[in-house]
Amino acid sequence: MAFWKRKQQEIISLGLNRAATPEEERIVREEAEGSDDQARFYDRFKKAVSSTRENLAGRIDSIFAGKRELDADVLDHLEEALIGADIGVQTSLEIIDSARQQIERKQLNDVDELKKLIKSELRGILEGAARSRKAGTVASESEVPLEIRPYVMMIVGVNGVGKTTTIGKLAHRIKSEGNQVMVCAADTFRAAANDQLAIWAERSGVPLIQQKPGTDPSAVLFDALAAARARNIDVLIVDTAGRLHTKANLMQELEKMRRVAGREVAGAPHEVLLIIDAVTGQNGLEQARQFTRAVPITGLVLTKLDGTAKGGIVIAIAKELNVPIRYVGIGEQMNDLVEFSPEAYIDGLFG
Amino acid sequence: MFEALSDKLKKVLKDLRGQGRLTEAHIDSAMREIRIALLEADVNYKVVKSLVDRLKAKAVGEEVVGSLSPAQQVIKLVYDELVDVLGGTSTQLLFTKRIPNVVMIVGLQGSGKTTTTGKLAKMLAEQQKRCPLLVSVDVYRPAARQQLALIGQSIGMPVFDVPGVDSPLELARQAVRECQLVGYDTLLLDTAGRLHVDEELMIELQQLKQETLPSEILFIADAMTGQDAVRSAQEFHEKVGITGVILTKMEGDARGGAALSVKEVTGQPIKFIGVGERYDAIEPFYPDRIAQRILGMGDVLSLIEKVQSEVDEEKAEELRQKIARDRFSLEDFRDQLRQVKRMGSFDKLMDMLPSGLFGGMRVTPEQMGEMERKLKFTEAIINSMTLKEREDHSILNASRRKRIANGSGTTVQDVNAMVREYVEMRKMMRMMTAGGLGSLMGGLGGKLGAGLAGGMGFGGRRKATKRRKKKKKK
Repeated sequence: MAFWKRKQQEIISLGLNRAATPEEERIVREEAEGSDDQARFYDRFKKAVSSTRENLAGRIDSIFAGKRELDADVLDHLEEALIGADIGVQTSLEIIDSARQQIERKQLNDVDELKKLIKSELRGILEGAARSRKAGTVASESEVPLEIRPYVMMIVGVNGVGKTTTIGKLAHRIKSEGNQVMVCAADTFRAAANDQLAIWAERSGVPLIQQKPGTDPSAVLFDALAAARARNIDVLIVDTAGRLHTKANLMQELEKMRRVAGREVAGAPHEVLLIIDAVTGQNGLEQARQFTRAVPITGLVLTKLDGTAKGGIVIAIAKELNVPIRYVGIGEQMNDLVEFSPEAYIDGLFG
Repeated sequence: MFEALSDKLKKVLKDLRGQGRLTEAHIDSAMREIRIALLEADVNYKVVKSLVDRLKAKAVGEEVVGSLSPAQQVIKLVYDELVDVLGGTSTQLLFTKRIPNVVMIVGLQGSGKTTTTGKLAKMLAEQQKRCPLLVSVDVYRPAARQQLALIGQSIGMPVFDVPGVDSPLELARQAVRECQLVGYDTLLLDTAGRLHVDEELMIELQQLKQETLPSEILFIADAMTGQDAVRSAQEFHEKVGITGVILTKMEGDARGGAALSVKEVTGQPIKFIGVGERYDAIEPFYPDRIAQRILGMGDVLSLIEKVQSEVDEEKAEELRQKIARDRFSLEDFRDQLRQVKRMGSFDKLMDMLPSGLFGGMRVTPEQMGEMERKLKFTEAIINSMTLKEREDHSILNASRRKRIANGSGTTVQDVNAMVREYVEMRKMMRMMTAGGLGSLMGGLGGKLGAGLAGGMGFGGRRKATKRRKKKKKK
């Protein structure tokens, strides 16, 4: 399975004068798609998440240790464990309530069943959000016809969550699978934002469209769209300035960027990714709500997952806004961005 | 949120009336609500637990004082406890005679270290007559050093850098020497942000500490941090030993429970809060205000201070007289508008109010922007009138209105609407003259912004008297 599922061309040139035989083609393609890589990423993702096991799964295990019976005490501790993972007070309480009811009705008898119930509840939330995406409310690259180019991705979020770094990794990964990628530096506000992005762009060898600091971000975007079309670019990734969701004028600025993109390319921006820092608490929900009002978010990217915080708030966001989590950042290297998998995430949380 | 919490508490404590004393059963159910409120504000669950235990011990047996409802009393108890926990020693930075005094800035990635370094430098230079030099030893993040250099440029502060030197320790050493040579008395050391589980970074910070012997090590914490705030703060404190905390991104709507967590686990005072992206957006930390915010009570106190400092009592009295005699001219109206504007931007004012003040209705940022725009237009229209017109609006005929519209960049319809509103407001004001200044502002704003600004004037006043009473009791 490749990282990017919207290949422009599948022409495989081996540097030979003849066309490649089917066998040769298969080998090359497999290498390009890097099925081994994918498995490795999955493992690393799970490992990144499971470093919290010390606190979540570990705690849950210690709650359950030596207990067979389910009493109020167990549930109280469990509630604390869920809240401690930032899963959200409301969501946690609901899960605990449903467990409590099932225990009363004698549908849940021991600790293992309780654990299973919680896992499946959490997974249900995450997978439900992913399903609603497939119903057509939200796009992913494979759903946009190839004639529409460039495929436009807009990256938004509050300050300091790792937007620029995520773009660097995203550009690298999409490009390394043979797509033409361009990056648009529409963060014209923060000091040296352009420089930071330029370094990332250089590392992954993708062109960067930028202008003087203080330029209207929509103007930069307009230029980038024109340049992308002129150079027959497949994917345009748009960096935006970090902004707190409480700033009305900055949210309007985003709205304007969305309008400009939509006017230039049909359906653009095809993807709007909200970046959420794994340490974010309950405020993450409010961020998602407010950003969605300005530019409907199509997915989340959870960054800094290699720390001890596990970004449980994305579960609350997925639940309320039906937004899937698309990617996770698990380190500082170019390759440290992987696709999100509900299964790996929940397994990582619970062990 | 505050309304929600106090409503819940009222419900829980309803049957308490007449008993005169808080019983354990009451406290238990009240504490449940408080616990959820604190957790929703991102206070760490362990901190919540110990807090709730302490509160319980204090609350049981407490006499219900006549004028406070049991619910109010419980909230007061919680509030006092929060202020107590959050409060600490001086929020000033401490300096010695050493040259230079090094202030080390540490924290996680993206918490706002570099921006805060710039803000601190500006503040120290302007308010404490320090002479700071800035240096970034973040050799890892792309363009981190350029960022500080650009910030230095825009605040007019010198930034030290040696291109080509990629060792944080060497950079720090040379920066200290530069201070001694040139005579900068303060060195602000912006360090690399990384995850706290990163051993290497912690060792690097320890080395920097040994090398530069900082007088302050400030931990930068993002107000939006969740439960993990405790862990990172603890880690930094254990490994490096922080002397204070700066809470950033407080201009957002995060409730800032992280403040409580960080203070509780490190014991170090929160010294400043960052409240915006501009380099002067840094303020001293007030425990009472954050306590209110965590409980969702809004920053009522700051607002009252603001209103009181901006409203000139004498002028208000004069105004009352004028209204009573139906002599409230457009000129006076403009004065009023300006007074409202002087208090700051609307969203700042609204931020300070409890969210429940408008009957649970949330004022959206758009509405706020709309109100502010309307105020601006109204003032522009009045500005374009002659003095005579301002004193007597009845002389405004079609051609005068056309001229005013042209002059203020509006349309005749806008002018008409504004005059109509003014006339109506005058009527209303006459009816309310007995109500005092609070209702005056109420009427004024009510006409202007769909009752929003009205609520502001009213609410501020009402809360003010309530608080004063409370203070006397103490």
